[in-house]
Amino acid sequence: MKTTTVPERLAANRFEIDEDESHIEVDQELCRTTGTGKAIIAVCPAGVYSEQDGEILVDYAACLECGTCLAVAAPGALKWRYPRGGFGVSFREG
Amino acid sequence: MTASTQDAGEPEVDFDVVVVGSGPAGSVAAYRLAQAGLSVVLIERGEAPGSKNLSGGVLYGRVLDEVFPGFADEAPVERRITRHVTTFLTPDSSVGIDYAGRALAEPVNAVTVLRARFDPWLAGKAEEAGVFLMPGVRVDSLLTETGPDGATRVVGVQAGDDQLRARVVVAADGVNSFLARSIGLRRKEPTNHMAVGVKAVVKLPRGVIEDRFGVTGDEGAAHAIVGDCTLGIGGGGFLYTNTESLSLGVVLRLDDLVRSGRTAIEVFEHYSQHPGLAHYLRDGEIVEYGSHLVAEGGLAMVGEVATGGLVVVGEAAGLTINSGLTVRGMDLAIGSAIAASDAVAEAVAAGDVSAAGLAGYRRRLDASFVMQDMRTYAKAPAFLERTGMYGAYGELAASIFEGVFTLDGTPRKHLTKVAWEAFRRSPVRARQLVSDGWAGVKAL
Ligand SMILES: Cc1cc2nc3c(=O)[nH]c(=O)nc-3n(C[C@H](O)[C@H](O)[C@H](O)COP(=O)(O)OP(=O)(O)OC[C@H]3O[C@@H](n4cnc5c(N)ncnc54)[C@H](O)[C@@H]3O)c2cc1C
Repeated sequence: MKTTTVPERLAANRFEIDEDESHIEVDQELCRTTGTGKAIIAVCPAGVYSEQDGEILVDYAACLECGTCLAVAAPGALKWRYPRGGFGVSFREG
Repeated sequence: MTASTQDAGEPEVDFDVVVVGSGPAGSVAAYRLAQAGLSVVLIERGEAPGSKNLSGGVLYGRVLDEVFPGFADEAPVERRITRHVTTFLTPDSSVGIDYAGRALAEPVNAVTVLRARFDPWLAGKAEEAGVFLMPGVRVDSLLTETGPDGATRVVGVQAGDDQLRARVVVAADGVNSFLARSIGLRRKEPTNHMAVGVKAVVKLPRGVIEDRFGVTGDEGAAHAIVGDCTLGIGGGGFLYTNTESLSLGVVLRLDDLVRSGRTAIEVFEHYSQHPGLAHYLRDGEIVEYGSHLVAEGGLAMVGEVATGGLVVVGEAAGLTINSGLTVRGMDLAIGSAIAASDAVAEAVAAGDVSAAGLAGYRRRLDASFVMQDMRTYAKAPAFLERTGMYGAYGELAASIFEGVFTLDGTPRKHLTKVAWEAFRRSPVRARQLVSDGWAGVKAL
């Protein structure tokens, strides 16, 4: 099988992007001090999180909605919920 | 319904029951409650049932067959699993155990499903029974009130600006279990109780799949893979056959993943490019990439499943079993939905939906195969946290077989001698092997 990158794999999916509202918010300070920033970058299968100049960037449109980031986050470091009804990833296979 | 048509003192409700989530737990609960004559709304945040759901896809079907006899002939199932292969991978070798048996085919034991196709069928069954399906709606919170007895009880749900009131809410909202957590029935789980599944659906022609996996017609194979596929991280890989695609994925325990310093993406890519799998995947095309959490805490994760006006079913209640070689959740979700719907119908009929009135759910669940199996596998999570499983044992098995099959001109030795020498070279110690072996026998 051909090697693929995450963006290539995500491009095969269907997403209904919520242009008005992100379902993810990070607390930059807590992400730094608790190590949550590094952990969420490592565990996210969609590469939603990245770091630039010590800040965590969030590409919420790529989110696969598993909740793994929230499961490893320190209390208060991450606000994560499901996107509004009908928005986000829409699996055709599953 | 208006208050005036109801008995004095009964609250005004929009539906008898609100079910949140149209996975297997929610759809089966809704179906059975409607069959019992109750008015039911089934709310799903995805644009359609199944559009948010992902699993490995092996559904152990006996329990669903009780609800819908002969379902496998009617539902959009992919293949009937007649072959289970277990493979220990090392970076450059693999040792496998291949079990193929007619007993797996008749009656149907397990089928593969793709959730975006299967879940709509199941929700459709509920609709046919009179359930009102509301897709594209995210429930934001539970509505609660203090009852006459001073206890807090759930009286409905809030979705955006809308409120829906019901006698009972069924939380079938899956592994993240936000609703049960919001009223303290569940906690945030420690990371060794959770794993992330990363999966791709790989398209291949039907005939190619049958040739490569040694199956014909609508038969299929389920491969469980351990060892180097997860780079030593607790968890494993799966490779299941669908009609015209493969479900390829890894499951990684979160405590170990974080500790490893590796990324989930890196492990998935290592796995999907592993030389041990290349001949199955050659020329395949990834048509979807997804991820989902799996509850892995086993019995230790199952807490309170009911309170006043609320029952929690399926993975929202922590009901999954990872035995190392199989992940089971869909059949347990359906089993819990059966127990919960019977108890809810009984409680509504008796006019008592307090925690005490709904306690029949836990009793039924405890007596069912769901909790019996959860108890049987109670030691599995701790066993699977033993590290030998994911590296050294695969290496040991591989080096034994290397000794048996490599005819390099040196005189042959008996298998026991080959095994003993391989064992001496391996980092696995006798004491650990005996202790893990014994723990494994007891846990699995
Ligand atoms: C990688 C992986 C492999 C697996 N392999 C297998 C396998 O081979 N066999 C097996 O039996 N099990 C397997 N499982 C487990 C199985 O998928 C789950 O246990 C099962 O789907 C649980 O069913 P459920 O109905 O409880 O929850 P789900 O199927 O998760 O359904 C929950 C539903 O609720 C909806 N929802 C959630 N929150 C809200 C809200 N606030 N408002 C409205 N709707 C909401 C969701 O969109 C979803 O439709 C696997 C899981 C993973 C991740």
